Amino acid sequence: MLRGETVLRSGKHFMDGNEACAEGAIAAGCRFVSGYPITPSTEIVEHLSRRFPEIGGMFLQMEDELSASICFQGAVWAGVKGMTVTSGPGFSLMMEHIGFAAMTETPSVFVNVQRAGPSTGLPTAPAQQDVMQARWGSHGDYGIIALSPASPQECHDLIITCFNYAETYRCPVLFMMDETVGHMHGKVTIPSMEDIHVVERRISTRSPSDYAPFRVVEGDVPEMTRAGAGHRIHMTGLTHDERGYPDMTTAAQESLVRRLCGKVNNHVKEISMMESRHVEGSDVVVISYGISAQIAGHAVDAVRAAGIRAGQVRLISLWPFDDEAIRNIARSTRHIIVLEMNLGQMVREVERAVRGIVPVHAVGNAGGRVIAPDCVVEKIREVLR
Amino acid sequence: MEKLNVFASRLLPKEDFVCAGHRACQGCAEVLAMRLVHKALGRNTIAASATGCMEIISSPYPETAWAIPWIHVAFENSASVASGIESALKALMRKGRLPKRKINVIAYGGDGATADIGLQWISGAMERGHNMIYVCYDNEAYMNTGIQRSSSTPLHASTTTSPAGKVVPGQQTWKKNVVEIMAAHSIPYVATINPSYPFDLVRKVQKAAAIEGPAYLHAYSCCPTGWGSRPEIGIQLGRLAVETGIFPLYEVENGQYRVQEKQETLRPLKDYLKTQRRFRHFSEAMIAQSEQRVKKEYELLLKKEQMTKEGV
Repeated sequence: MLRGETVLRSGKHFMDGNEACAEGAIAAGCRFVSGYPITPSTEIVEHLSRRFPEIGGMFLQMEDELSASICFQGAVWAGVKGMTVTSGPGFSLMMEHIGFAAMTETPSVFVNVQRAGPSTGLPTAPAQQDVMQARWGSHGDYGIIALSPASPQECHDLIITCFNYAETYRCPVLFMMDETVGHMHGKVTIPSMEDIHVVERRISTRSPSDYAPFRVVEGDVPEMTRAGAGHRIHMTGLTHDERGYPDMTTAAQESLVRRLCGKVNNHVKEISMMESRHVEGSDVVVISYGISAQIAGHAVDAVRAAGIRAGQVRLISLWPFDDEAIRNIARSTRHIIVLEMNLGQMVREVERAVRGIVPVHAVGNAGGRVIAPDCVVEKIREVLR
Repeated sequence: MEKLNVFASRLLPKEDFVCAGHRACQGCAEVLAMRLVHKALGRNTIAASATGCMEIISSPYPETAWAIPWIHVAFENSASVASGIESALKALMRKGRLPKRKINVIAYGGDGATADIGLQWISGAMERGHNMIYVCYDNEAYMNTGIQRSSSTPLHASTTTSPAGKVVPGQQTWKKNVVEIMAAHSIPYVATINPSYPFDLVRKVQKAAAIEGPAYLHAYSCCPTGWGSRPEIGIQLGRLAVETGIFPLYEVENGQYRVQEKQETLRPLKDYLKTQRRFRHFSEAMIAQSEQRVKKEYELLLKKEQMTKEGV
C-alpha cells in the first residue's frame, strides 16, 4: 500500500472534525468506504471522494444505508480496511449490519456523526442520543467498541484507534462523533507516519487444510484470511461452528455468543480510555464525553477558581464500559454529575457501576444544542448546597 | 374524451395548493413542477412526502406552502405511507364511514428518494396496485444535503461525491432509467413531465389521477444551485432538455408508448451541456459519448412508440 506517501504532510493543519476523521482513516490504512449522503456527516465522504482517487482508495456511494453498511464488509473480506459513515436515521438503518459484523467477526468501523432525533429530528444540530443504540441497537447479544472524540484532533487520532481495535478484536467499532465536533474547525496536528501506530490485519499463515475462519488458536479472536487467498471461507449470519458452517445447536450458540461478548468485555482494561483530573479528594466529579466534556472542563475550571473542589472525568471510550474505574472514582468523591446531550443514557450506566456509593446526578438536554457551562456550574453548586 | 381537452393558460385552475412563500432557491424549477402538479390535482388530495428539497422548502412554519393534508415520513417510504392512506380510504368508504368521493393520494420524492433509497418501496406500491400517483421530482443529485451524486445523475456530471478531477471525470455511470423500470411494472400509466411544458404536464397529471390504479410521473426539475446554471434560464433549460433528447416527453398508457414534442432532428447536446457548471469540464469526446447514447435511446423510444401503436 502507498500509505507512507499518501497521508497528509505532518505538522499543523486547520480543518474540521469531519475532514480530520477522513484523514485519520486514510492514515489508519482505510482504502474503502461505502456511504450514503446524510447531514451532518456528508463532508467525510465528500472529502474522501476527492482524496481516494489520488491514493488508490475507493469510495462507493450506495443507494441507501442498508447497502452502505454491508458493502464495505464485503471489501473487508476481500482484504482491505473499510468503514461506513452516517448519522442518526442512517445509523438506525445500519443496525442489522452491525449485528452481522459482530456475528461474522468482520473488522468494521461505523462512523456516526450524531444529530438530534428521534426520526428526522434536527438534522443540522448536535446530540449524544445514540450511545445506548450503539451498544444495544442490533438484536441479540454481542460485543462492540465505541469511542467518542471531543475535538477535531481526536477525530483524527481516535479513528486510527478505531481501525486498530477493529483489527485486534474483529468486531464492529463505532465512532460516535456529533455534529458540533464534526463541524468544529480547529488545529489538527498530523504526526509523522512513524509516530502513527497502525495495527495491520492478522492474516493466518496456516495452510488451507489447517485453517478454519472462526477457530481460535490463541486468545479469543480468530485469525483472518482473505477471500481468494486459498483458505476455505464460509460466512453466515446464522449461528456457526469454527468452519463457518451453520450449527443449529444450543451448544454452538452458547459457545459462539459467549465468545463474541467475551472477546470485548473481557478486555475492558486494554480497550477502555478515559482522562481524569482533580478526582482524588474532590467533593464532586463531572463525568462526560465527546463535546460535552469540553463544556464540563470549563465548568470545573470555573468552580475550582471559586474554591470548590471539583474534578473531571472524560470518557474517551464509551463501550465496553469500565465499571471498576468508575467505581473507584465514586470512592474518591462525594457526588457524581453526568453531563451528556440527551435525557439520561450513560448516567444509567454510571449509576449501575457506582452501586449507590455516592449520589449520581444528571445534567442533559433533548439535543439540538451544546449545554452551556453555566448549567453545569449551577448543578455543581446545587448538589453541594 | 381526451380529444375534447383544450388547454390555455386562462383555463388552468387559478387556485394553488403549493402556495407562495416557500423557501426554494431562486430559479428552482422543481417547486414549479410541484405547484403545477397540485394545481392539476386540486383540493381533494392527500400528499405524502419523502425527505428532500421539496420537503424542507415547503414545510417549516411560517414558510409552509401546503394547502392540503400533507405528511412527511422518512427518506425512503413515502410510497408506503401513501399505500396505507389509499387502503384506509378505500376501507372507510366501503364501510360507509366516509362518504364515497374521489380523493387523490399522491406520494412524491426527489431522484435520491426514488431511484436510490426508495426504489423497492415504490416498486412495492406499484406492484400492489394502489390507486395512487407517485411523482419523482428529478433534479439529478442529492441537492438538499449539498449536491451529492445519485443514480439519476447524468454521466460525467460533477457533484461533491463524484467530483471531476484528473483521475476521475465526474459521475461514472449513466442515469438510471426509472421511467422504464416503472413501465416494466405494467401499471396503467407512466409519463415524463416537464414544467417548461405546463399544458402537457397538467394533462398528464389529470390523466394519472383519473386512471384507476397506480400511476408514475417523472418530472424534469432544473436546479440552478446544484447544476450551476443561471436561475433565470430554468424554463429554457427544460425546453433544451426536450429538444436535445436528453429528457424526452412521453407517456406509456397501458403499455402503449406515445412521444410528445417529437423532434425531427435532435438539437446538438452541447447546447444543453454548456449552460451548466456541472458539465464544464466536458471534453469533445465526453460530449460525443453522451450525445451518441442520447441519440440511441431516443431512437429506441421512437421504435417503442411504433411497436406499441394501436393495430400493430
